[in-house]
Amino acid sequence: MGKRIAKEVSIAIAEAVKQCRVDVIAAYPITPQTHIVEHLSELVANGELDAEYITVESEHSAISACLGSVATGARTFTSTASQGLALMHEILFIAPALRLPVVMVVANRALSAPISIWNDHGDIMAERDIGWIQTFAENGQEAVDLVYHAFRVAEDRRVMFPAIVNIDGFTLSHMIEPIELPDQEQVDRYLPPFRPRYKLDPRKPLSMGPVGIPEIYTEAKKAQDEAFKNAYKVILKAWDEFEEVFGRRYRPVETYRMEDAEVALLIMGSLAETAMTAVDRMREAGKRVGLVRLRLWRPFPLRDFVKAVKGLKVLAVIDRALSPGATGGPVGTEVRSALYQVPGRPRVVNFIAGLGGRDVTVEDFEEMADRAYVYMKKKPKEPYEMIGVKE
Amino acid sequence: MPKGKDTALISWKEVPFGCYILEPGNSVGFKTGDWRSFRPVLDKEKCVKCGQCYIMCPDMTYTQDEEGYYIADLTYCKGCGICASVCPKGAITMVVEEV
Amino acid sequence: MLKEWAKFKGFSAKNLPKEEPFAPGHRACQGCGEVLALRLALKALGMNVIAISATGCMEIISSPFPYTSWRVPWLHVAFENAAAVASGVEAALRALKRKGRFPRNRRVDVVAFAGDGGTADIGLQALSGALERGHDFVYICLDNEAYMNTGVQRSGCTPYGAMTTTSPPGKKSIGQMTWKKNVPAIAAAHGIPYVATATPAFFLDLMNKVKKAALVEGPAYVHIYSPCPTGWGTKGEDSITLAKLAVETRIFPLYEVIEGKYYITRKITKPKPVEEYLKRQRRFRHLTEEEIRKIQARVDAEYERLLRLAECL
Repeated sequence: MGKRIAKEVSIAIAEAVKQCRVDVIAAYPITPQTHIVEHLSELVANGELDAEYITVESEHSAISACLGSVATGARTFTSTASQGLALMHEILFIAPALRLPVVMVVANRALSAPISIWNDHGDIMAERDIGWIQTFAENGQEAVDLVYHAFRVAEDRRVMFPAIVNIDGFTLSHMIEPIELPDQEQVDRYLPPFRPRYKLDPRKPLSMGPVGIPEIYTEAKKAQDEAFKNAYKVILKAWDEFEEVFGRRYRPVETYRMEDAEVALLIMGSLAETAMTAVDRMREAGKRVGLVRLRLWRPFPLRDFVKAVKGLKVLAVIDRALSPGATGGPVGTEVRSALYQVPGRPRVVNFIAGLGGRDVTVEDFEEMADRAYVYMKKKPKEPYEMIGVKE
Repeated sequence: MPKGKDTALISWKEVPFGCYILEPGNSVGFKTGDWRSFRPVLDKEKCVKCGQCYIMCPDMTYTQDEEGYYIADLTYCKGCGICASVCPKGAITMVVEEV
Repeated sequence: MLKEWAKFKGFSAKNLPKEEPFAPGHRACQGCGEVLALRLALKALGMNVIAISATGCMEIISSPFPYTSWRVPWLHVAFENAAAVASGVEAALRALKRKGRFPRNRRVDVVAFAGDGGTADIGLQALSGALERGHDFVYICLDNEAYMNTGVQRSGCTPYGAMTTTSPPGKKSIGQMTWKKNVPAIAAAHGIPYVATATPAFFLDLMNKVKKAALVEGPAYVHIYSPCPTGWGTKGEDSITLAKLAVETRIFPLYEVIEGKYYITRKITKPKPVEEYLKRQRRFRHLTEEEIRKIQARVDAEYERLLRLAECL
């Protein structure tokens, strides 16, 4: 077992990527992802990591180079945030369709305008439909652990889909936390070498990325969707094995104090830790409040999620992104739709909070829970409400 | 994917991994010769076997026979007439394809 | 002469490679000069190649699922990123060779193909980045002087005066109002070891340049003039005639830039008037004599400039 030492989360992520023995990194600097890629380039420069670091001229080229690299059979990593992720948008869809398992850490950050370097989930929610495996980390240890898991799952021959590990920009990326980095031997045991069945090699030519005429496009997308849904089992299995090797346990949906809860908050990412404190306080005050955290966002853990919220009266979904003019935030609409067919479903209320680096405090969570109690009896007027906005 | 199966009949279960095409150069199964309305006719008397027709053909129509003549295999010939236009001896003429 | 070329004797009509890395059954138009350029380039490169295509005519006509015309490993990702994808392939090969997961001594040439739009316009940034970073790859621009795949819209490589669907001549326009972007000069400005221009009309010159580009260590750029009967309003049979005329009128001069030095590979001492080239194409049919004189003056001046560059040895 490795030692638990205080480290900046970004540095720890870079160290984890090194332990995964990546072959190629292609990345473009953007706040707040920079410390990850800076440290990786340092590891390459020092000879501590035997990899090619491609200093691309944009995020669009970063992800494009990553696709070329994985297609050639190299383990490949990139990292970005916000505008950079948005610039990748076009290519992000192509990676899973071509079954090219790139691993990417996104240091979640608000999208312009106004330009903001601070944290929310606007960047990744705009990429909801790209077809990548997407997980959210709550703390530094999770961030690191999810990186090993991402490579393990993405490159599994039954999966072969790219994966994003989401970490909150600054509030997670720049924190110094006690983190246990495993021994290299443990990582090697968990993560076998990347051996794709197909790759670009003149000894066995193949064509990747053909034209899909209308007679085949639907079938190609169906095949992709089925394969993606089937990845779910492998994702869970890889977390089971993670526990066996590293001793820490992860689940796609995690709950906190949900026994007998009538109201629950649902959140993704690092704010869950603040929300836990709020839940503790409210429990002390005799309120039956719990917390649901979605660790896995894609593929959506439908069954596990429905199970987790069973028996609730109100589920308060906290979105860290705005979808202007929609029927809710991206997570809110998703959750409503997931529960629609469920008999005796809880009422879903949706709050938008923590945009562009705005703090969401323990008191804010308490307020949201209180409002949820109000909505237990009376339907909210609006499909979503913004929290902490100055009038 | 079952070889030779009509694309319109392929089930999603038969779509190859990543929609890759695993058989290199299998477009040889697609006969573009159907597009032709003119076809090249070689006058061997005039031919000097220079191979201009062979190298300038966008559809790889010409191959050299045992005597050294470049012969058009019309399977892929779209009848563009480049071969006739580049032939330095005027040995190739384009004639209307009979239906 | 670069040291990498020491063993390369050059192709001749007698020793053309038999292999066709690009298969027939592709769906290019009749008389397509671009697919011919592609065929010749691949013939020069041989089978130990990994090819990357930008979206465009050549990608569309070569890969309608379940058919492929590629006999070499091939990857198409998107329109503007062929150079970036090639960067990734090249870097991966380097890493895998170093780590013993790909035979170390096995030579594989990485080649990216893109059209003029994918090169001069939307792909210029990715190209510049890849050239500047020094990847060992060949970038081939197949220039048919407009966005043909989408229906003949103007690009930065469309020549002055040409009619396209987005540069139509009218009361207030003569067609394309700008001069062709000089992409080989942009590539050369990166200080890369090798830049060349070619046309399928001079097939040996084309094949030799592509092969030299592949042999060079580091990035190489080859700009190939590729006649498009559909987009230019020309007869399919005229593609080679036009490709030849473009050189003989000095409209598309053939040259190399080797480590920054310009060499004209086909000196045109008695140029034909540009009119001979222009009048054979519907895209130039509306041009007045005055416009043609203007084009002639520009072509003369550009050739003079090229001569001066080549003299500065």
